[in-house]
Amino acid sequence: MNPVIEFVVAALILLGAAFALLGSIGLARLPDFFTRLHGPTKATTLGVGAMVLASAVYFTAMPDQISLHEIAVIMFLFITAPVSASLLAKAALHRNTVLPNRNEDNPDT
Amino acid sequence: MLSVAIQTGFVMIGLAMLLNLWRLLKGPDILDRILALDTLNINAIALLVLFGIHAASTVYFEAALLLAAVGFVATTALSKFLLRGDIIE
Repeated sequence: MNPVIEFVVAALILLGAAFALLGSIGLARLPDFFTRLHGPTKATTLGVGAMVLASAVYFTAMPDQISLHEIAVIMFLFITAPVSASLLAKAALHRNTVLPNRNEDNPDT
Repeated sequence: MLSVAIQTGFVMIGLAMLLNLWRLLKGPDILDRILALDTLNINAIALLVLFGIHAASTVYFEAALLLAAVGFVATTALSKFLLRGDIIE
């Protein structure tokens, strides 16, 4: 395989895996539900996007093959991720999730 | 170079899924568990695509697409149920 294409695929895979890991660290470490919602919904979608793009580049570089149906996965994820995040945020507002007091000295802020 | 990147990617996504499992077990609210399940599902999609590159087989994209569809419906149904007490009104 062409080394340039191999480098591009490897870089996209590492980028995607790094973003997925960062999103999950955000999910595990951030203090309350809304910040936890913010972490994975952006980072993980970009992570999967880079990963799927790597796969599209890899299979298009194979002989006699053009692979574009990974784009369907990207499109579907990019459309559905904000919808499910918005529904989760709405459900959290509806359930009156208590936010922890982040500023102990001044409780009014 | 590519095989090293693929192995590293497997390890990183495995770590990410372990962190999601920790959040799924810890909670504290049910919404955190739903969010952890959603993120676990998206990481599973990434793992499937990566395994497709590793195996040099195009079979895994259909599985990834199905997983994306099922995961979206599951998350939507769960949060809709929490929001309204009913899924299809």
